[in-house]
Amino acid sequence: MTLTDTKIACYHCGEECSDTPIVSDDKHFCCHGCKTVYEILQDNNLCSYYDLNQHAGISLKAMNLNGRFEYLSDEKIQAQLLDFQSDTLNKVTFYIPAIHCSSCVWLLENFNKIQQGVTSARLNFLKKELSLSYDPTQVTLRTIVELLTTLGYEPLINLQSAEHKPVQNKVKRRLILQIGVVGFCMGNIMLMSFPEYFKLDLNNVVDNTYQRFFLYLNFILSLPVFFFGAIDYLKGAVVSIRENLRKNTDILSVDIPIALGITVLFIRSTFETFVNHSAGYWDSLAGLVFFLLVGKWVQQVTYNYLSFERNYKSYFPLAVKVGEEYKNVSQLQKGDKILIHHQEIIPADALLLADKALIDYSFVTGEAEPIEKTSSNIVYAGGRNMGENIELVVQKQVSQSYLTDLWNNEAFKKEKSTPAIDLANAFSKYFTYTTLLIALLTGVYWYIHEPSLVWRSVTAVLMVACPCALTLSLPFTMNTTMGIFGRNRFFVKNQRVIQLLTEINEVVFDKTGTLTENKNAQVYFEAGKLTDEEARWVARLTSQSTHPLSKIISQSLGVSANATKVNCLNEIKGMGIEGVIEGNFIRVGNADFILSTTENIQSSHVLVEINHQYKGYFVIRPNYRKGWEKVLNKLKMTFSLALLSGDNDAEKATLSPFFTADRLRFNQKPQDKLDFIRQEQQAGNHVLMIGDGLNDAGALRQSNVGVALSEDVQAFSPACDAILDASRFAQLTQFLSFSKIALNIVKASFILSLVYNFIGIGWAVSGKLYPVTAAIFMPLSSLSVVLFAVGMTYLFARIKKLI
Amino acid sequence: MGVIIFLVVAALMVAGGFLISFFWATNDGQFDDTYTPAVRILFDEEKPVENHIES
Repeated sequence: MTLTDTKIACYHCGEECSDTPIVSDDKHFCCHGCKTVYEILQDNNLCSYYDLNQHAGISLKAMNLNGRFEYLSDEKIQAQLLDFQSDTLNKVTFYIPAIHCSSCVWLLENFNKIQQGVTSARLNFLKKELSLSYDPTQVTLRTIVELLTTLGYEPLINLQSAEHKPVQNKVKRRLILQIGVVGFCMGNIMLMSFPEYFKLDLNNVVDNTYQRFFLYLNFILSLPVFFFGAIDYLKGAVVSIRENLRKNTDILSVDIPIALGITVLFIRSTFETFVNHSAGYWDSLAGLVFFLLVGKWVQQVTYNYLSFERNYKSYFPLAVKVGEEYKNVSQLQKGDKILIHHQEIIPADALLLADKALIDYSFVTGEAEPIEKTSSNIVYAGGRNMGENIELVVQKQVSQSYLTDLWNNEAFKKEKSTPAIDLANAFSKYFTYTTLLIALLTGVYWYIHEPSLVWRSVTAVLMVACPCALTLSLPFTMNTTMGIFGRNRFFVKNQRVIQLLTEINEVVFDKTGTLTENKNAQVYFEAGKLTDEEARWVARLTSQSTHPLSKIISQSLGVSANATKVNCLNEIKGMGIEGVIEGNFIRVGNADFILSTTENIQSSHVLVEINHQYKGYFVIRPNYRKGWEKVLNKLKMTFSLALLSGDNDAEKATLSPFFTADRLRFNQKPQDKLDFIRQEQQAGNHVLMIGDGLNDAGALRQSNVGVALSEDVQAFSPACDAILDASRFAQLTQFLSFSKIALNIVKASFILSLVYNFIGIGWAVSGKLYPVTAAIFMPLSSLSVVLFAVGMTYLFARIKKLI
Repeated sequence: MGVIIFLVVAALMVAGGFLISFFWATNDGQFDDTYTPAVRILFDEEKPVENHIES
């Protein structure tokens, strides 16, 4: 059978099938894992999975459970994960990162058909959360998780899964209800107001009855608007006034002029209705509150499928094996003996019991290469075990370890600093005082000239000056900007971040994973040449060693299948390796091992000697991101730059053209990075930090804006304010400059809304603001300001080629 | 002409009924996830059985 010419795609996952085909029902599979999934689905009559999307499956190569979920059998651990627990019904919610298409929804929502005992399965696609109900007498949690994993949907279970998040939906639901109720009232009030505007004949008894009826009905309908829809603004204003009286702050919240306007509208309209029996401003009131609430809703639109709040808890496993049983990682005590499998994370600072271990700290410290530890060494938390299973004795509790200590820093305790000028609030101070002053002057003027107009004109000024349009322009502009950034795969946490971006004047980089790519280190041979044959020998020799550098070299050279034998193999720890291949004596190692006195050899160089002749050395250079030089050059013009790397200074020469010497720092611990940022801030700088690993977490938190660079935005990134897709790294300068444009658009629409306010106040001071004018003018001004803000943002985005 | 007053009140009551159902839907979580239901509605209940035997 020849399948080699045209590779066949796996029916399940779409990957190329190997030359030895795995066939079931005339369908080809790349591995047995995929075939198993197909058979499970086939047995349960769920093969429409494949009709919805071709090759919808997730590749299951290298799948091996090996008791990975054994800890889920433990009652105590289970109880921490479950949302609800009873004798016959348990509920659990899993976060499943692998969910990616409509087939996933279909399969997972039919999960009860595959697994007996599962009663219902509901999926939230955007949040990637699967909620399951199951009968614990029929199926165990472990079975469910293992089956999910077999199907390719491995739930992400970590220390954070045990903390059940407070329900955020409540706040959002309340706002939706408020918008619904106010919208309902607004529509009806408008309808009831029409007869009045079309001149009812008040001398006619019938018309008079109607007019009263409509007025009272409007009053009743506006009660929920005022007491339910607008209540948050009223409360906010009261709080702000109280804080000001106590001299805790001198900022007048923007809620004050809003609440003032709404209250005056309500009182004046009630007065008109019950005393004058003439049309009130009920429709203006309802419209105003409605627009305000819509603005509020727009303001809190975020990317709820991205997580910006992760800390070490989402990086650490939930449970670890202590002796024969499992223990929640946060309950580990000094002296506990723990077992860490291959590829697992070490949760606490511990003493190594095994002879040797290979631990990858790349995510924690930024060190690219795994570190070798030997028996009775202290192993710091956060490393990933790359070798065989190891046993360790815990030295410190999880929250006290070297890594997690960072989170005890005060930077994590206080709320992130707010923008220095919170635009709307800064504005509100002058706005409120000016409005009050105008109202006062109007009152005084009419008191002298025509006392009967005082009440009408003063209330009219306060009503029309309500900064509705003003408060709308900020959320709508920022929301549009967020959307434009999102299209370019730069996801900011909330609107405030865009405001903070405009204040940035210093950019700090992390090296590993930020300026350089995490994977794909390049190996170069320098200061000499190796023939193909020699290269093969070196590759053969280095493949005998488990040292990380040897591994990288042998991989990059490639070892041929029919490799020759190595004789007299000798590896000296921390020095190098030597051996005889086809009668040639080959030595590979560091400068001390080879004893070469030539040139400027650095510690990360690997020297080669063949038959006692020095041939040159290997250099392992990280791959820099595309366009990194351009980005740095552009940034250098407007921002001061700094680089904080956890790695050694091997790359100093490449990077020094872009940074001044004291701002190019290597071997930085997480705490050092945080301290550096704090120093800069104390010097008055607003710092943007770009990083990717846990070692940057402190710096990201301390900085004014922390940007996490990520190859996959869904994957783990430390707590940050924004996530930037690594492929869009080159656009960073564009984002920074566009945020400034957005702020200017906001300012422009502030001015526009002020113009409207002047027109309105012009009518108001002359005592000529009629209900019908207000009903048309106020919503129109709000709408036009919103349209202006959104339109301008799109226009500039197009000019700047962001859309 | 009192019929207009009656009609307005009746109309408001009908609309109020919908407002109550809106409350119900919101508190039931209908607006918590606005994406997945749009996908869910496209799925057929069950694949025809004969198709299953054939394959």
